[in-house]
Amino acid sequence: MTIQTNHDPSRFSYYVTDDFYSELVNDFSDWETEERTISDPVERDRFRRLVEREARILDNLLFEDWLKLFAPECAYWVPSTPEAGDPRHEIAVMFDDRRRLEDRVFRLRTGYAWSQAPSSRTSRLVANVEVFESQTHEQRMVRSNFVISEFWDSEIRVLAGWTGHRFRRIEGTWKISAKQVNLLNCDQCIRNPSIIL
Amino acid sequence: MTVLERMQGPTRLNNTSLYDWDALVREDRVHRLIYTDPAVFDAEMNHIFGGTWVYLAHESQIPNPNDFVTGKLGLRPLIITRDSEGVIRALFNRCTHRGTTLCRWAKGNTRSFQCPYHGWNFLNTGKLRGVPWPEGYAENLVRDPKYNLAQLPRIESYRGFIFGTLNVSAAPIEKHLGPIKKPIDEWLDRNPGGKITVCEANRFKYKGNWKLAYDNSGDGYHVIYSHQSLLETENRFKDENAAKGMAYYKREPDEQPMYIQYMGNGHHFKDKRPNLEKRAGGLWAIESLHPGMEHVAEKLRSRLGERAESILDLAGSEPVNINVFPNLSLLGNHIQVFQPVSFEETDAIWYGTKIDDVDGTLGADVLKDINALRMRTQEGFPNFGEVDDITNFEQIQRGLRCTEDEWIYMNRGLGIPGRIRTLDDGTIKGPATDELFMREYIREWKRLMKAEPDIAIRREP
Repeated sequence: MTIQTNHDPSRFSYYVTDDFYSELVNDFSDWETEERTISDPVERDRFRRLVEREARILDNLLFEDWLKLFAPECAYWVPSTPEAGDPRHEIAVMFDDRRRLEDRVFRLRTGYAWSQAPSSRTSRLVANVEVFESQTHEQRMVRSNFVISEFWDSEIRVLAGWTGHRFRRIEGTWKISAKQVNLLNCDQCIRNPSIIL
Repeated sequence: MTVLERMQGPTRLNNTSLYDWDALVREDRVHRLIYTDPAVFDAEMNHIFGGTWVYLAHESQIPNPNDFVTGKLGLRPLIITRDSEGVIRALFNRCTHRGTTLCRWAKGNTRSFQCPYHGWNFLNTGKLRGVPWPEGYAENLVRDPKYNLAQLPRIESYRGFIFGTLNVSAAPIEKHLGPIKKPIDEWLDRNPGGKITVCEANRFKYKGNWKLAYDNSGDGYHVIYSHQSLLETENRFKDENAAKGMAYYKREPDEQPMYIQYMGNGHHFKDKRPNLEKRAGGLWAIESLHPGMEHVAEKLRSRLGERAESILDLAGSEPVNINVFPNLSLLGNHIQVFQPVSFEETDAIWYGTKIDDVDGTLGADVLKDINALRMRTQEGFPNFGEVDDITNFEQIQRGLRCTEDEWIYMNRGLGIPGRIRTLDDGTIKGPATDELFMREYIREWKRLMKAEPDIAIRREP
């Protein structure tokens, strides 16, 4: 077995280091400034289409395809406070690395995930998409608002908030290297928070 | 001096005559009405969430003078304050003038609260400081204790856990906790310095009665069925050295050394620690896979050698369920709180905890790494386990709408000779999947529902 295999992020979590967290906290607190706004319509449209496509894939429960949108080393982060905080010091609603994202999908596919039996039906609206330059080369930060209408257990409920995507170009393809989902009610009691946001 | 007030007049409920509780709570089963009748819920808010000690908050949430958090005693909104002298109080979050909710923030730091309605101003001791245009009143309001905020007459902490009750005759908290203190002590003392700090939470709501969560809190029978998706996910890699998480439930759980123990006064204790290998790292070995774990383990092992194993155990989910009736459950590294909302709605809040390391045993670098990892281990069960539990609780509440099918059973283990033992200290011990804890706690529930609690509020003089 080679060292590279040992560090396969789908199997092992060596890359979630203090530096990884620092970069994450930094990227998601320092990016949204007017000077970094990208106004080029072609580039803006590229990322708008990426987040719209992601929403469609999730609405269609194509979780394996959804995983392919992510970089091998990545984070999926739903903070439990409106200011997002630092995931090293506080519990998040969700904080997944690559392996745990795959765990999340695996669980939903077991057939025994009672919270999603039957699966919720969702319709996601993504809007107000803004694209920002990043200090890091080959990286873009994208901010968008979302409304998820979720039909589950005979009711429709609404989840709303905003998402930050950190995209990185890996071998010519833009991949999600981190996704931060900020629920409006992230610090409140939520009924059955079991869909992928 | 304490000024106590007891409720007077026609508003006083006489709940003891609501039902014949012995008819609803039998030795082996309970009637659906205890989960479905709003009148029973209303009575519980008096007899249980009023009549006995209820967990309110953790001291680490209000560490500094003038800190506060808002909370609840049953449905009563509270402000839990630490005044400038360090005294902790639980004030009714209700202006004495017109009943307005005084403080609308979840937490903060202030010496006084000003009512947003007419501007009455109260110190964080509850004392009325002043009102606008006092000359419009015939009396001097600040001199009359009745205008000071009502507060719980009894507040006592046990090792950082703040409890409160309206029952002025309640036994001291240490006596009330009794034998459950030992597992609480062990749960705290496994952390260097014996102190933890609350650090945000996974917060859930379900449409079901609060007792459904307490019924489940020591239930070893549901694990491999309710949590099959979790167990399969935790063990999806076949090349791991050990079966992860609660996989030990798959092998004849009643034959395992783990056990359930009823600790009196409604408290109970599920101890799964005896299932572990008794060595440093024994807990870490079965910890399921979490973000950053290989990195931190590798780093600590290269730096600390064998000592790393016992430190990694600190990020592991301590395999205990320490359930303090009616609303507190210490499990893994969580402080879980059950918060009733209505007869068919409950909030279940899983507060995360981090290690304080007050004595500096671990050192700042190690502490930072182990606490970061501990955040990730604590997010595992709420995400992949609790969601299935609360779904089942909701589906119980729905099932109980079948009015003609009256009974819910809690008779697992009952009547089998030699299965259950009463120990010298009065605690009762049985195999892991036994429902003895349900039978015993609901007996305590029945006792409280029959009793007339000595309820009063207090005001600053």
